Amino acid sequence: MSDELQLPRAIRVFVSFVALLRANGFAVAPEQTTAYLAAIELLGPRSMEAIRLAGLATLAPPPERRATYDRLFDIHFLGSEAVDRAGAEDEEVVRLQEEGRGEDETLLADEANESGLAAARAEALVERRFAASATGDALRKLSREAPARLPRRRGHRRMRARRGPWADLRRTLRESVRNDGEVLRLGRLRRRTRPRKVLLLIDVSGSMKGRTDDNMKLAHALSHAAPNVEVFTFGTRLTRVTRALRLKRREQALSAAAHLVSDWDGGTRIGDALQAFLAVPRFGSYARGAAVVIVSDGLERGDPSALRDAVAKLSRRAWRLSWLTPLAAGPSFQPQTEALIAIRRFVDDLVDGGSTAAIVSHVLSLGQRKAA
Amino acid sequence: MVVRGNIVGIDSPEALERALRTAYYLADEGLATAAYLGLALGKPLLLEGAPGVGKTEAAKAIAAVLGRRLIRLQCYEGIDASAALYEWNYPRQMLAIRQAGEETIDIYGETFLIERPMLASLRAPDSTVLLIDEIDRADQEFEAFLLEFLSDFQISIPERGTVRATERPVVVLTSNRTRDLHEALRRRCVYHWIEYPTAEREARIVMMRASSVAEATARAVVAAVGRLRREPLSKAPGIAEAVDWAEAATLLHERGARWPDAFKRSIGVALKDEEDLTFISGRLDALIAEAAA
Repeated sequence: MSDELQLPRAIRVFVSFVALLRANGFAVAPEQTTAYLAAIELLGPRSMEAIRLAGLATLAPPPERRATYDRLFDIHFLGSEAVDRAGAEDEEVVRLQEEGRGEDETLLADEANESGLAAARAEALVERRFAASATGDALRKLSREAPARLPRRRGHRRMRARRGPWADLRRTLRESVRNDGEVLRLGRLRRRTRPRKVLLLIDVSGSMKGRTDDNMKLAHALSHAAPNVEVFTFGTRLTRVTRALRLKRREQALSAAAHLVSDWDGGTRIGDALQAFLAVPRFGSYARGAAVVIVSDGLERGDPSALRDAVAKLSRRAWRLSWLTPLAAGPSFQPQTEALIAIRRFVDDLVDGGSTAAIVSHVLSLGQRKAA
Repeated sequence: MVVRGNIVGIDSPEALERALRTAYYLADEGLATAAYLGLALGKPLLLEGAPGVGKTEAAKAIAAVLGRRLIRLQCYEGIDASAALYEWNYPRQMLAIRQAGEETIDIYGETFLIERPMLASLRAPDSTVLLIDEIDRADQEFEAFLLEFLSDFQISIPERGTVRATERPVVVLTSNRTRDLHEALRRRCVYHWIEYPTAEREARIVMMRASSVAEATARAVVAAVGRLRREPLSKAPGIAEAVDWAEAATLLHERGARWPDAFKRSIGVALKDEEDLTFISGRLDALIAEAAA
């Protein structure tokens, strides 16, 4: 490092920029600040653009918050007045196109500050307060039994076993060293298993209103009972609430989720929501090899072809696709809505999702089921 | 903070950009800056982006520019240390023990050690570039293990002691972002998100990679591919697909196919998913006609 560092004045502007980023919810470690200063020194006093790029490379703002970074940079270094929060960006919300395909407009609202959400919206922002009632027993059962009963997949690592397809040469060799190179017993290895991903897609539209509170509680319980659970809500939009639900205390987690989701109790466009889900590569790949559980009544307005295509695609990606609908109480259930009839061919289970107990018992039975 | 301002005569991002161009890689300013800083600060370079934007190619080009061998470690779910670091050659050790009889032998000698990519790069840090490809596919445990490796650049082999790198190896990590990487890993690296190139840059890439393709063809293909990427496809065409498509269409044209038709018949090298093809088929003519205009 040069003498620059003994002159705090010269670097103050850069260090205070880092502080500004942190204040806006960017995680920047001290070592990154050091790297940033070193980078600026390396590039020399060339241009603002070099300083911006040095920051991008060393402070590593997540790509979906790039616009926020740029705006803060402009404010800090260029004194830009254009503090326009209205057109802010949003990381976990995909807005469904209002007319036709390919016109997807992504809204942005980062989880760190909600001010981005306060933008002009087509929908009215309805915030939901979760009633603090207890769904009780079923959720406790889920938390208790999920670790042992959720589906597992074969991992790549091998572990010692009494019986198994491979010889454990490492252990055998060690033992044979003790016996002058005689192999007395051949250790075996088998693959260990790992928990499978679980992807939970929850319909929060108006027709599901009565179930939404309990479904969110269930999602929270499941997120904490299993290591890799992803949760999305959909109504007129698709929102990823996984991170909010990771908060340990239920009330906190649910209110964090309530802040993120802005289409509670609104309309439904299940097909478009699932298409949007599949169109984001990062989201779509969550479904690969996962146990996918959709909780929705399947009341789709209009033409169900978008829904059918999306479900078909999802079912090919998933290890198993379950559709839980409140309309399917009772074993003699026959799908009546056009949408449910259209997707029946593609789902592996079309079962009762009318109560927390029913959903819990289905989720816990997934481990005994086979891949579709 | 190790600062090596000058890496083999490359003293600025622009110089690196020029050097990469000689290796047939067109980097934009952001990537050139990040790569230059990674090299100069001795930090790993983490490249994220959609599949097919040229992340792995960037690593290959960097290795070519530095005149070093590229060691590639392809990650997968369940990858573990024995695939990434080293492994002992057990059958050979057993044979050696039996042959030795009464003599003492060192069964943990060099001859019995199988080098895996990470160990290989530690032992030859000045002549290799380590590419850790698709780190997002590996699981959390491996990421934690990698973190340790990237902070100290050392590996301890219980039977032999610790192997340390004599200098910081050049490491490039890529991720398709199928899951979020650990913050700590991103902090340790110099980070760059690679976007799809602009139409202008992509047309130049196509012409550079496929010399037989005429400029008009390249532009038309790039425009068409750009439109395809805006559709909700399960596998959007990457840069390699654009290059292949331009080459395939040119080939068909030379064999007598007419222009729009040549594009249409060779769509299979750009879209490789039956569903995507069905989805687009109705509008393909219009899309190609628009792009070729």
